[in-house]
Order: sequence, then C-alpha cells, then structure tokens
Amino acid sequence: MKNVKVLGPGCKRCEATAQMVRDAAAKLGVPVEVEKVTDYSAIAGYGIASTPGIVVDGKVVHAGGLPKAEDLSRWLAA
Amino acid sequence: MAVSGRRWLLIHIMARNCGGCVNSGWFLAFLQGSSMGATAMGMQVGRERPAVWLGAAAAALAFWAFLYSQLVPFSEWAVGLLPLEQGGQAREAVKFFIYDTPKVLLLLTLVVFVMGVIRSFFSPERTRALLTGRREGVGNVAAAGLGIVTPFCSCSAVPLFIGFVSAGVPLGVTFSFLIAAPMVNEVALGLLFALLGWKVALTYLSFGLGVAIMAGWVIGRLNLEPWLEEWVRNVRASAAALPDKTITIVDRIEAGLEAVKDIVGRVWLWIIAGIAAGAFIHGYAPADLLASVMGRDAWWSVPAAVLIGIPMYSNAAGIIPVVEALIGKGAALGTVLAFMMSVIALSLPEMIILRKVLSLRLIAVFAAVVGSGILAVGFLFNLLFA
Repeated sequence: MKNVKVLGPGCKRCEATAQMVRDAAAKLGVPVEVEKVTDYSAIAGYGIASTPGIVVDGKVVHAGGLPKAEDLSRWLAA
Repeated sequence: MAVSGRRWLLIHIMARNCGGCVNSGWFLAFLQGSSMGATAMGMQVGRERPAVWLGAAAAALAFWAFLYSQLVPFSEWAVGLLPLEQGGQAREAVKFFIYDTPKVLLLLTLVVFVMGVIRSFFSPERTRALLTGRREGVGNVAAAGLGIVTPFCSCSAVPLFIGFVSAGVPLGVTFSFLIAAPMVNEVALGLLFALLGWKVALTYLSFGLGVAIMAGWVIGRLNLEPWLEEWVRNVRASAAALPDKTITIVDRIEAGLEAVKDIVGRVWLWIIAGIAAGAFIHGYAPADLLASVMGRDAWWSVPAAVLIGIPMYSNAAGIIPVVEALIGKGAALGTVLAFMMSVIALSLPEMIILRKVLSLRLIAVFAAVVGSGILAVGFLFNLLFA
C-alpha cells in the first residue's frame, strides 16, 4: 500500500490533483491511500513553495501545478 | 470617479483568480477544442518529433498575423452592415467595440502563449533557490524581475510566502517578489500594449518593477520579522529536493497552450465586459465632466484613485479597456494607472489571505509602503505624459 499525500490548501487544482492520483493508481492497479494535507504549517514542513504538491511514501516528488499523467504513473510504479 | 466606479466594481466582483471559476462559452470551447486537437495530433505524430510541433506553431503564428492584419477592414465592413447613422454616437460606440474586442483577444492570446513558454523555464522552487541568502538591494531587484516570469497563482501565495521565508529568503526580498508577481503580469502588459501602445506598457513595466523593488527594500530595512505570525517563524523546513524532470520543447509549447486555455479562457468574458463599458464611455460619457474629475489638474484624484482601488479585486483584464476609454475622454494617465495598480497590487482579499501569515501591523505597513509607491507612480506619470 502506497501512501500518497496531496499538499494544498484545498483549491480546485488540489482536488484535481488528488483525483488524478486516484485515477492513475486505479489504472496501474497499485493500491494507494490518498491523504490531503491542507494545513499551511504542515505543507510548509515539506519544503515546497508552490501547491499542489505530491508526496509519495514520504518523498516529495512534485510541486506546483497539475502533474503530468506519465510522471504520475512513474512515481506510483516506482 | 463615482460615475464609472460602480461599473468597475461590478466587473470586478464577478472576476476571480486562479482557475477557480470556469467559464463556459464558445471561446473556451474553441480553446479546449483546439488544445485537445493539438494533443491528439501530438499523440499521432509522436512527442518525439518536435519539428512537427515547431512547424505547427509557426503556421499558427502566420495565421495569427493574417487575422491581425484584417482587423481594420473587418471592423469597417461589419459596422457598415449596421443601420447606424454616419458619425453618430451609437456608431462610434459600436465601431470601438467591434474593432477592439478581436484586437485585444488576439494580442492577449499571443502574449499569454509566449509568457507560458517562458515560464516553463522557471518554477517557484527554482526562484527560491536563486534568492536564498541574497543580500537586500540586489535581492530585491532579482526578486521583482523573477516575479514576472515565475509561474504563480494566488492560491499559492501563502505556501510561497512561508516557503521563501523559512528557507532563508529575506522578508523584504520576499515582498518584492509578492508585489511584482501580480502587478507586472502578462495580461496587464499585453492589454496596455494593445490599447495604449508600447511606450505606456514599457513605462508601466519599469514603474511596476520600481514600486516592487523600493517597497520590498523599505520593508526589509524596517526589520519586521518579529511581526510575522509566530507559527510562521517556527517553521524550519529545508528546501525539498525535487526529482529532475526532463522538459522538451514540445512540453514548453504545451505549457504555452495550457496558459492560453487557462488565462484567456478565464478573462475573455471580463475583457469583453470591459470593452463594452469602454465603448459606452467612448460614445456617450461627457468629456468635460471626466476631465474635471480625473484630469491632470485635479491633484487629489490620484490618492482618491488609490483608495478606491483597494477594496476592489481583479486582474487587469476588465479594467484596462475602461482605462483606455477614460483616457480618450480626458482622464489623466497617471490617475487611471494608479487606480489600476491599486486594484491589482493592494487587494483586500489578498490581504485577508496573507493575514494567516502576517500580523495586522505588518499588513498595514505593507499597504502603506506599496500605496505610497503607487501614489508616486501616479504623480510621475501625470508629469511625464503631460
């Protein structure tokens, strides 16, 4: 089970990113647990400067804007 | 001021930032259709063939130039079809609208596309790395410049602020970035260029940067770090190391298309509303009244414009067409630009967002410093473009 955190204050792009993660995981058949982090100090603790951010199993892989689908499957498959 | 103030407010209440509101309409449908077409085509010809993409981009540019060259004949032809009296007010208003709408949308699309491509070379994380530990002075200049080219949306303002400050970017330098980013943006520059010419656009660019640099420098000199909210001072995060991404030229062209879809798709309705309001002013508003209220002789109109601008919230899209029409009617350029800067850079909603990280005292200092800068710009513009 992979743990994926979507970092963002809850704007539209953050919602879209969370949905993209779920879709990509379903397509790959990788079981994931998607968690949304909306608290500003928690987001800041990951050391990013733009949202939405993506953290896969504790490692920051993306910050700022929607991720690309091919990048997402790479992060989830790794 | 009061006459047109209400109309402005109306336009701006409806405008939002950050892709939060999605307009449905023929223009957006067209954009989505064309970008989906481009994506589908890209999949067929393969993303590994950038030559095809570059060729398509060149062809699109040529088509753009053709459309642009047809603007005057098209507007004359279209107005001629309407049963309007030659030289009448209604005809003037309609002609203004029919000529300006496609012109502004065309120019804006090009500027936003180019800017989207340029921005694909930057990211807030990279900008932060460039600014960390930078001395004030040089740092303020760099931050204001980077504010123009770094992709940044207003819902990222708080994470960005904390991300910068906690990683060791000085407070004043962070402010220079945060002031320049919304104020000197491609929509404002593109519209000013389209409607008022390159001289005004360039002057706006340099004065906007000047305000951001000076205001950030002053805030840095005041040593206001203790006025940050306590939890912000306690965040100790090292900058995250993001994995490298390989970005190809195709990705950059796609980023440009994406920017057009996002930004133009969001603001086109407000531009049309702004041009319609501008056309009305163009055809009907009495020149004497406007000149006496917003003209160069009324010195108090600059501070009044700044104050009225604060509670309004918008990007540049809806205002600039109105600004052009007002100037045509004798309003002073400095006064209307001060109003515009105040609306964009000193917005109440943004201050409410920033209240999460800044104390009220710090917000007051921020507003006072930026407001004084805008005042200076307003008076200077009125002097220079006399």
